[in-house]
Amino acid sequence: MNNTVSNITSATPHSDRIRVDLQLIADMVEPGTRVLDIGCSDGELLGYLTRTKNVDGRGLELSNEGVRNCVAQGLPVMQGDADRDLGDYPDGAFDYAILSQTLQATQRPKEVLSELLRIGNKAIVSFPNFGHWRARFDLMFRGQMPQNPNLPIMWYETPNIHFCTVRDFVGLCREMNLKIERSMVLNESGSRVSMDSHSGFANFFGNQALFMLSK
Amino acid sequence: MSSIADTQKRPPLPGHHMVLGETDKLRLDSGVEFGPFTLAYQTYGELNADKSNAILVCHALTGDQYVADDVHPITGKEGWWREIVGPGKIIDTDKYFVICSNVIGGCLGSTGPKDINPETGKPWGLDFPVITIADMVRAQTMLIDALGIDTLFAVIGGSMGGMQVLEWCKSYPERVFAAAPIATSFRHSAQNIAFHEVGRQAVMADPDWCGGNYLLEGKKPARGLAVARMTAHITYLSQPALHRKFGRKLQNRGAITYSFDHDFQVESYLRHQGKSFVDRFDANSYLYITRAMDYFDLSMEYDGRLAEAFTGCKTRFCVISFSSDWCFTTAESRTLAHALNAASCNVSCVEIESDKGHDAFLLDEPDFHMVLSGFIEGAAQGRGLK
Repeated sequence: MNNTVSNITSATPHSDRIRVDLQLIADMVEPGTRVLDIGCSDGELLGYLTRTKNVDGRGLELSNEGVRNCVAQGLPVMQGDADRDLGDYPDGAFDYAILSQTLQATQRPKEVLSELLRIGNKAIVSFPNFGHWRARFDLMFRGQMPQNPNLPIMWYETPNIHFCTVRDFVGLCREMNLKIERSMVLNESGSRVSMDSHSGFANFFGNQALFMLSK
Repeated sequence: MSSIADTQKRPPLPGHHMVLGETDKLRLDSGVEFGPFTLAYQTYGELNADKSNAILVCHALTGDQYVADDVHPITGKEGWWREIVGPGKIIDTDKYFVICSNVIGGCLGSTGPKDINPETGKPWGLDFPVITIADMVRAQTMLIDALGIDTLFAVIGGSMGGMQVLEWCKSYPERVFAAAPIATSFRHSAQNIAFHEVGRQAVMADPDWCGGNYLLEGKKPARGLAVARMTAHITYLSQPALHRKFGRKLQNRGAITYSFDHDFQVESYLRHQGKSFVDRFDANSYLYITRAMDYFDLSMEYDGRLAEAFTGCKTRFCVISFSSDWCFTTAESRTLAHALNAASCNVSCVEIESDKGHDAFLLDEPDFHMVLSGFIEGAAQGRGLK
C-alpha cells in the first residue's frame, strides 16, 4: 500500500531501527502478543516486532513484491487486501490488528475498521491528516488538492481515496462506539507532537494521526 | 521377449529399499489391507542427533526419489530438483537430512502395478488396489517411523508432491513443523481430471495395453502412454512459453510437407517427450497415480469446509503458486491460504510471476528460490536449527 511518510529512522533504545512512525506503533504493542499487520509493505514493522518483541506476527500485503520480500525474510505474509480479505480471519484471532497509513486507500474504511476490531482485540490505525494546515492552505489559497511531502502523489494517481481529518476520524469512532485507548499526532518526520490529539490544534498542526482503538 | 524377464534382468535400482507393512499392513482408503510392500527412497545429508533436521521432499506425478542425484539411473540426467536440493542449496543437504521416496503405486522401486502379486505370481496389473494421496502419505509415515523420525522439520513438494504435503498437514499436523505446498491445490479441478482422463483413455485405447495385462503378454502400450504424456506436457507449459520456444518453426525442413509428418518443431518436441517418457514409466502406474490425484479433495470429508481440515494445525505454511500455471492456479492457492487463515494457521502465500506455466516450480525461477529459501531459513530459526 502507499506509504506517505518519508524514510526517516529514529534513535531508539533497540539495536534495530525502524521508521519513526512505525516505532511509535511498535511501542504500543505488548511483547509476546499476536499481531496482524495489514498493508505490511516490506515487513519493516512486522520484522521488528518479531525480532524485538517476540510477537506471533502475520502480515497481509497487496503488492506481490512486498509479499515476496517479507516471505524471503521468513515473515508469514500473504497477498491480499484490507477491503476483500479480512473476512477470512476468525473473530479475536489477534491481540492487535495494525493498519498503518492504509485506511485512506481502502474502499470502505468504516467496514475495514469494524473488521479490524472483529479480528483484533485492539486496532492500531494511522493515517495522514487532511485537516493539516498545509492541506487547508492548498485548498483555500491555491484552490488545488494538497500536495506536500506527506501527500506527494497527484490527485489522479494517488491510491488514497478516502481522506479524513483527525476530527472526522474521532467522529467516526464515536459513531461506531469505538473506544479510543490512545491517540497522538505526528509531525512531518513521523515524530510525536505533544498536544491533545482531540484538540483543534492537533487537527490543524498534525501531519499524521495514530490511534489505538478497542470495542 | 517377456517384459517380466526384462524387469528381472535389469540390475536393481540404486538407493534404499524398505519393506514395510509386514505385521501392521497399510490400510488403504479403499478398505484394502495392503502389505507387505516396498518403498524405494533416497536420502541426502545426515540426520542430526535429536532427529530434528529431516525434510521430506514429495515428488510429482512422474517424478521419483532421485531428487538430487548427479545421474538418474534410467534417464542419465540430473535429479529433478537439483536446482533446489543439494550441498549449499536452498534445501541444504549439509544442514538437513533430506528424504524422498517413490510413491506407492509408482514404478521406480516402490511397490506398484508392474510388480508381482505374491498371491498369483503374476504382475498385479489392474488387480493392484486403487490408491489415494492419503495412502501414499500413510505409506510414507511408515517409512518415517522406520527411520526413527518423529517430527519432520519440513515437508515440501510441488504439484502432486504438494498434495502430499497438504495431506501430511491435515492427517499428521503434529509431525510437520513447516510445510511448503507448491504449484498445487487442496483438490484436483474438473479440468485436471478431464486431462487425466484423456491420458488414461489414450493408454487404454492402445491395443498393446491388453486390458492392463501387457507385461504378461510381453507387450508395452508405448504409443498410448506417449500420447498421454504429450497431452499432459502441454498442460504443464503456458501458451506464451510454448510459443516463445517453438513459434511456428519447422523441424529440419524448409517448407511444410503436405503430410502428417512432424513438420513443426513443437510436434517433434512433443513426440520426443512422449517417446522418452515411455522408457522410464510404467503405463499402469500412470493410470493409478493420475487416479490418486483425481480423487484428492481435502475438503470432501468436511462437506467443503476446507478450513476444518486444518483446525488446530500448528504447522507453518508457505503456499506458492506461479502466475502462468493453468493446472494449479493462484486462485486455488488463495482459496487454500484463506482456509488456512480461517483455521488460524501460520501461513504465507506468494504468487511468483513467471510465464513458464506449471513446470516453473522445476525451473530456474530466482523469485521462487528467494521465497522458498527465506521460508526455510525462517522456519529453521523457529525450530532452533543451526
